[in-house]
Amino acid sequence: MTGPRMWGLVAEFESPDALLAAAHRVREAGYRRIDACVPFPVEGLTEALGFRPTWLPLLVLTGALLGAAGGFFMQWYAMGVWYPLNVGGRPLNSWPMFIPITFELAVLVGGLTAALGMLALNRLPMPYHPLFNVPRFARATQDRFFLAIDARDARFERGATAELLHGLGAAEVSEVAR
Amino acid sequence: MTDAALVRLERRALAVGTAALIVAAVGAAFSPAAFFRAWLVSWLFCLSIPLGALAIVMLHYLSGGSWGIVIRRVAESTAVTLPLLALFFVPVVLGMHVIYEWAEPGAVAADPVLQYKHAYLNVPFFLARAVLYFVAWIGVAAVLVRWSAERDVVPDLDPRRFRLFAGPGLVVYGLTVTFASIDWAMSIEPRWSSTVYPMMFGVGQVLAGFAFTIAAAVLLRDREPFGRLVNPANLVDLGNLMLTFVLLWAYLAFTQLLLIYAGNIREEVTWYLAREQPGWLGVAFALIGVHFFLPFALLLQRAVKRNPVALATVAGLILVMRLVDDYWLVLPGIRGAERFHWLYVVTPLAVGGLWLAAYARRLRGLALVPANDPLVEQAMAAHGH
Repeated sequence: MTGPRMWGLVAEFESPDALLAAAHRVREAGYRRIDACVPFPVEGLTEALGFRPTWLPLLVLTGALLGAAGGFFMQWYAMGVWYPLNVGGRPLNSWPMFIPITFELAVLVGGLTAALGMLALNRLPMPYHPLFNVPRFARATQDRFFLAIDARDARFERGATAELLHGLGAAEVSEVAR
Repeated sequence: MTDAALVRLERRALAVGTAALIVAAVGAAFSPAAFFRAWLVSWLFCLSIPLGALAIVMLHYLSGGSWGIVIRRVAESTAVTLPLLALFFVPVVLGMHVIYEWAEPGAVAADPVLQYKHAYLNVPFFLARAVLYFVAWIGVAAVLVRWSAERDVVPDLDPRRFRLFAGPGLVVYGLTVTFASIDWAMSIEPRWSSTVYPMMFGVGQVLAGFAFTIAAAVLLRDREPFGRLVNPANLVDLGNLMLTFVLLWAYLAFTQLLLIYAGNIREEVTWYLAREQPGWLGVAFALIGVHFFLPFALLLQRAVKRNPVALATVAGLILVMRLVDDYWLVLPGIRGAERFHWLYVVTPLAVGGLWLAAYARRLRGLALVPANDPLVEQAMAAHGH
């Protein structure tokens, strides 16, 4: 396995603390294209991996504002322009009555944007990933903690990187075929 | 805030309060009506902090969670101001005839509606109810404070007793605040009524309680080991709870508007017609913008909630808007209160200054971290997540 045939390296750890310590050290060593796969949320892991804020909150805000604007416009256009209806002498643009639907649509569109945006930004659904080529990786859903380094990382050097991972107490370091 | 700083705060609050009280008393001699109105609002505002804080303490005994440990002592300590606030009810009694139309025999004689409501809205019954509310509040607060102090020295106190007391305690709080809000604020417009009003009033109190106790905890965070409780994880929880009450307040305030707008009944719309006058409309928009949208947008952000100073600033802003909201609830309903009066600024300083001095005095040397509560360890170890 050389160059383009290789996706990267994955190290297996036996405890969340060992993984956390290793993630810190790997980042300190200058690696940036790293990821972890764990069977349950490990506190402090996102900070250790250096996760940065995503665009998702802005997407959700945009979705919510579009939903609100659309919801209000729908009612205003229907009640005021398209089919003007006099309800008990109230003004055609009875905005207080439009607020509940406006709010509901803001929540609906914002919520859908959050769910779909999260999937899109994570490039999900993803039926295949090179990590699946490592037989032991199935234990990421059970009792093992994995730290993966992408071969495209600027610091990545097959031998040196594997050595670093071994030095951090990895139970096993596997090469990941593409 | 060290004990020396607390003493300084107490002295300053006392000085400002006393000076403002003297100025307000002089103002009262010239325009008693404006003084009594301003006093009622300032008093309701200060009263909302201990009542809201005690409701939060009881809520936390029932719900659990690390967040409550942070503010338990700070919140409990507000109870010490209740007797002072009971004393501050005296000017409200003295000014009843200019605040409450139903307390004026002439007005009652001229209006059949007021005669009809006289069985409830009359001076002796009003005073008896006020005494009852304060007895209930001071009683509940005394039990909470005493048991909490007892737990510090008795290691294996049965924790169930706190829950068994907090449940009925919250029921008592809900009932007394409902009737107190009707007596002291809603009855200013005796021909009008709204079923959402007492709930809105109570939620406003709890919001004030959250805002005040969060700000107090942040100011006191340089005390050890209390400072370890004021960590980002707990602040995020407290910020989220405050946000919940901002939303609940906005929801209830809007619900009342929506129902009255939809109903469009002559007796009901009067409340909003009085608040649609030029000056008050501006206050309404300020409430929508600064009491709802601004804290909403700020409290959605984790960075704001994790930062003690930023969160305390938002809490301070909410507290100021609570006072504005109390003015908006009370003043437009009183005839002749449309114009701005300088006493509206000075009187809150008088009541608030004296109140704060009493509160700061209580905090001096107080152990801010409760002992023998298993939640303390959890709260100190809490990480941002």
